[in-house]
Amino acid sequence: MSKGIPSASKVQRPEHIHTISGVPIEPVYDPSHIEAVDYVRDLNDPGQFPYTRGIHQNGYAGKMWTMRQFAGFGTPEETNERYRQLLAAGGTGLSVAFDLPTLMGRDPDHPLSLGEVGKCGVSVASLADMERLFDNIPLSAITTSMTINSPAAMLLAMYLVVAEQQGVDWQEISGTIQNDILKEYIAQKEYIYPPGPSMRLVTDVFAFCGERVPRWNTISVSGYHIREAGSTALQELAFTLRNGIEYVQHGVDAGLDPDKFVPRMSFFFNAHNEFFEEIAKYRAARKLWSHVMRDRFGARDERSWKLRFHAQTAGVSLTAQQPRNNVIRTAVQALAAVLGGANSLHTNSLDEALALPTVEAATLALRTQQIIAHESGVTGTVDPLGGSYFLEKLTTDMEAGAVEYFQTIDNLGGMVEAIEQGFPQREIAESAYRFQKQVELGERDIVGVNVHGDNEELGVETLYINEDVSERQIAKLNDLRRTRDANRVARSLAAVREVALSKTNLMPSLLEAVRAYATLGEICDALRDAWGEYEETPTI
Amino acid sequence: MRNIRVVIAKPGLDGHDRGAKVIARALRDAGMEVIYTGLRQTPEQIVGAALQEDADVIGLSILSGAHNHICPRVIELLQTKDITDVLVVVGGIIPDVDVPKLNELGITGIFPPGTPMQVIVEFIRQHVRPAASAR
Repeated sequence: MSKGIPSASKVQRPEHIHTISGVPIEPVYDPSHIEAVDYVRDLNDPGQFPYTRGIHQNGYAGKMWTMRQFAGFGTPEETNERYRQLLAAGGTGLSVAFDLPTLMGRDPDHPLSLGEVGKCGVSVASLADMERLFDNIPLSAITTSMTINSPAAMLLAMYLVVAEQQGVDWQEISGTIQNDILKEYIAQKEYIYPPGPSMRLVTDVFAFCGERVPRWNTISVSGYHIREAGSTALQELAFTLRNGIEYVQHGVDAGLDPDKFVPRMSFFFNAHNEFFEEIAKYRAARKLWSHVMRDRFGARDERSWKLRFHAQTAGVSLTAQQPRNNVIRTAVQALAAVLGGANSLHTNSLDEALALPTVEAATLALRTQQIIAHESGVTGTVDPLGGSYFLEKLTTDMEAGAVEYFQTIDNLGGMVEAIEQGFPQREIAESAYRFQKQVELGERDIVGVNVHGDNEELGVETLYINEDVSERQIAKLNDLRRTRDANRVARSLAAVREVALSKTNLMPSLLEAVRAYATLGEICDALRDAWGEYEETPTI
Repeated sequence: MRNIRVVIAKPGLDGHDRGAKVIARALRDAGMEVIYTGLRQTPEQIVGAALQEDADVIGLSILSGAHNHICPRVIELLQTKDITDVLVVVGGIIPDVDVPKLNELGITGIFPPGTPMQVIVEFIRQHVRPAASAR
């Protein structure tokens, strides 16, 4: 008998078992646990309010999830090549990872961009880079998701101009910008401006796309980063949906009809290790959102009630030790997302605790989804776990817990106020520390880390980002600055600054600045001049 | 002998601060005095904070791949200011191929994802420069 594996006769259930989020789990569940559940009221058939079992009547038999692999690194030329490989391998959508200078609205030659250009994603400094990124990729034939938040409106403007150049009507294109600034203050911390003007940028995008780009998903309200920062599953669910409520409220306050913009809102959740708890989270999310939209906001269009979501497997669960184990973790997490009815999915690569993924690792991650879709048989029946005593109990508890958090945040005056008081940030930091302590005390096992870690480790090949990306991007930027119409750039930036101080929708002036080949840093600086920058008080 | 004083810093543009915050609390629970700089600190600001706080240790949290630019700059600034008794450690996503380069700079405490907090506490206790603790 190998070390660490007790013989079967000695196996005893520990007195207390908790999910990864700290929820106590009983040894067995029976009908008494779900006595209060009413089928039609709480679950109902797939495609029927409150959509607990899914938003589509036929589930994946009607519409397979989109296999959308997040990718981006180095120069736009290099990433363009990777995109073409992913599409050739059967990927059905693109998902752009931008580098940190782009995410923070800084040009590659800004001092704070030192060492960051092209590292965590692709560098896009102006329209010229966006043209290179989608060179020979017809925007009419694909949908593109862009993980961009503070400068989301600017990158959307660049994408729209590329579509225009390709002769593709804005009415026809589809895709998503993340555009979720609230979770940046809460978790990922890639904010530029204070909350007030940041929220105005978000609602300007809602209004503009509602009129001009009707198939665009204007926001992806994201729990992913909240979970990665260390929250529990419940906190992820509650804070994300409460952020969603905050956006709808701001849209309504800006004079928009919820049924005009909410159908284009989408969500983004983590798919973590705790299999059943994750599935319960997705089901509770759909139920909660349908009620919030119908009962709190009085939305009448069914599409406003239906929560659509993208899922990504948990990057934070991947280990640098024994990296091949990460393939298995990702497969289990992806299966949870599928059984929870994800509308779109990204599976992480095995090497992501070490570096950005190699093309081989990224392909294997895509294959994982394809095997679930084509070989496992789980797609033939909608919500196949519905009715499980355990799952329904978890779903009910998850919903109740989220409603409690909504109440707390409402009492604080809303999410913007709660963020300014540091409430969600503190809750997440507590959970992160509690989890780490459990691992160290041996209360939580991680294979290859604190159990079964004594075998010889097999390394994996990792992707290396050339250090010359920065030089190449800066050289192209200098060329651009020499050859563009400097007067048009200056005029367009002055207009952006002026509109920022008015109540007029910013999108038209951003589009003009983009067309003039103003750089992302220049456009963001014009708004920094107008609005100032946000700084958080560091706390531990 | 006074407690070990640690400056935990997040250099660069990255905002992922889970690791930095968890480690800061672990070091504090282990009896060290911890100063967390907050986000987006330049090497100049970090070394300045270490000097001002009379720190024995600088802990850099870098997940973005900028370590090859930031670490040499921090070491260079310490040398310029003739500070020889501050231990520099790094946590985050550091590819294996970069480890020798960091070692050459004198950085041997390199902690990838999954490193137990206790390992980091022990490393600091064992490697903190004696001159500093006795100061």
